[in-house]
Amino acid sequence: MQIRIDNVEFSYTSVPVLNDISLDIDGPAFVSILGPNGVGKSTLIHCINKILQPTSGSVFIDGKDVKETSIKELAKQIGYVPYSANDSFPLTVVDTVMMGRHPHSKWKSLDNDLDVVYDTLKMLGISHLAMRQFNELSAGQHQKVMLARGLVQEPKILLLDEPTSNLDIRHQLDVTKMLKRLSAERGILIIMISHDINIAAKYADNVILMFQGKIFDVGTPSEVITEDNLRTVYGVESRVIDDEGRPHVILRDALPMDERINPSAVMAGIRERRARDRSSESQQVES
Amino acid sequence: MEYEEEGLTRDGLKEEYHHAIARKIILLTVCVLGIVLFVGLLSLSNYEGVGLKETYEIIWNHILGNEYPSKSLFWWADRYIWNTAFPHALAAIIAGAALAICGTMMQSMMVNPLADPYSTGISSGACFGAICAIVVGVSFSSVTGEMGIVTNAFIGAMVPALLIVFLAQRIHMTPATLILLGTAISYFFNSMITYLMVTTDADTLQSAYMWQVGSLDGMSWDSLPIMAVVTVIGSAIVMLLSSKLNVMSLGENSAISLGVDVERFRLLCLVLMAVMTAAIVSFTGIIGFIGLVAPHMVRLVIGSDNRFVAPISMAAGALLLLAADYIAFQFSDIPVGVVMSVIGSPVFFLIILWQTRKAGAIY
Repeated sequence: MQIRIDNVEFSYTSVPVLNDISLDIDGPAFVSILGPNGVGKSTLIHCINKILQPTSGSVFIDGKDVKETSIKELAKQIGYVPYSANDSFPLTVVDTVMMGRHPHSKWKSLDNDLDVVYDTLKMLGISHLAMRQFNELSAGQHQKVMLARGLVQEPKILLLDEPTSNLDIRHQLDVTKMLKRLSAERGILIIMISHDINIAAKYADNVILMFQGKIFDVGTPSEVITEDNLRTVYGVESRVIDDEGRPHVILRDALPMDERINPSAVMAGIRERRARDRSSESQQVES
Repeated sequence: MEYEEEGLTRDGLKEEYHHAIARKIILLTVCVLGIVLFVGLLSLSNYEGVGLKETYEIIWNHILGNEYPSKSLFWWADRYIWNTAFPHALAAIIAGAALAICGTMMQSMMVNPLADPYSTGISSGACFGAICAIVVGVSFSSVTGEMGIVTNAFIGAMVPALLIVFLAQRIHMTPATLILLGTAISYFFNSMITYLMVTTDADTLQSAYMWQVGSLDGMSWDSLPIMAVVTVIGSAIVMLLSSKLNVMSLGENSAISLGVDVERFRLLCLVLMAVMTAAIVSFTGIIGFIGLVAPHMVRLVIGSDNRFVAPISMAAGALLLLAADYIAFQFSDIPVGVVMSVIGSPVFFLIILWQTRKAGAIY
């Protein structure tokens, strides 16, 4: 399966959010979208599954323009796990997850759907929540339920908007590892927006780095997650080391958010300090 | 993640899930039995020797087509039941059921517990139409008299509905936009109604006011076919849409990603609701409370799954209105709308308190 994004632009008002984006994503793979707040990561995902219509340009799924695909048809191919969920008029966890079967429901068999739901809940370690009301759950449990809903949809492409933002580190690692495994096992294309660069670097097959409504860089984690890219895109000073073939970011300092401070002066200071570090390192090597 | 609490087994989940469904069916059965009881009570005539048991017997025999000897006691009772009590009871059942299912649809579609069938201003439009007929005698159509009020109310109800539907195709309608537009429309019509009412005499004022609270008096077999046909077709459609309504309550983005064309679906719901509500309200007047409260009462007991809330709230709405009508009938001067609110509000209040104590919060 393949997503082709062709000169996509999007703006809510006169200010463009997505600025002439062209990108090919091939699957099966586990792809992570990185980028600071407000660069249009969610907007890009919403343009892929028709929650938003691009102002210009097109998105093609396996060569077919999404504009010509009905919302119902698209839902059979693309699953989506939102950042947060509405919990007024809550259902039980089972019923909430079972709604993921909605695009497939024709003359459905309840017990068959219950099987799919049960397996997914078990896989995510939340089967004990099955008959609880959705609104009684914690933020992290909410996220797992929504993840389960995306998985029972059994899509070819799964889009996730920060699916691990409310999880503790163990569950962040476990869920991300599981997503990578699923992309290989079920042969699906999983695209995940993430704010944790190290977890993305550890598990993603490919990383898309966005900046100012554009694709800044695409490639393997080692290609994209570099000190220079992080400085330009996130405005942080960091050291990227190699951990079993994957880049690992050690954060050093942030360029100041305070608009009264001149960033170039700060940068000069940082450069100076780094030069000092290097010279002392080289001295140590020599001695 | 093996350290997690002991989860359910696969069969345990299925069993518990089927039990939950059984509970819902029990509630439906209770409501239906309640309806049967109150139909009997309403049909109870003042004839000596015709008790509740005999009343059901008469109804049963009428349905089977058995006739009693002319002018006998049971013959009179049968006449009373069939010509006076039954149209009344059926009107209560139809109106209660229709308003309740419209309320369910509206609340789920808008994802707003305060929405009801009148949220888009339909009631104020209908009211304006009816009061034009009652106070000024203006008819929007060629029909006059009692049916003139009905047609006026129907046409009046369609004005806000069509306006909203027209706008929904041109601007992006969020639930908040819908409710605010509805509020604006209501204020406009209500001010016109107030003006018409202050300019009239006391007797006309009373009948105009009575129309505003809603009443089932004077319901005859003639009024029923339109109400019944619209309600049966409309609620069948709502039930077919009920799993989509569930998906809508997840929020707009999730609904789209699960294959629901949100804007078109909202439009369909609005049209459906407008027609159903208008068809009821033009005959009965503005019966409040049921459309808002019946769906909540059901949700508080069985949860928010619309595949069950839709049919069960119909039964609950019918039962509520029927019970209120029976009580109103005992104190012949109190309008049914008043009775319903006087008794229904404390019940609703208690259910909310009970559920909040049980679960921490209601939704």
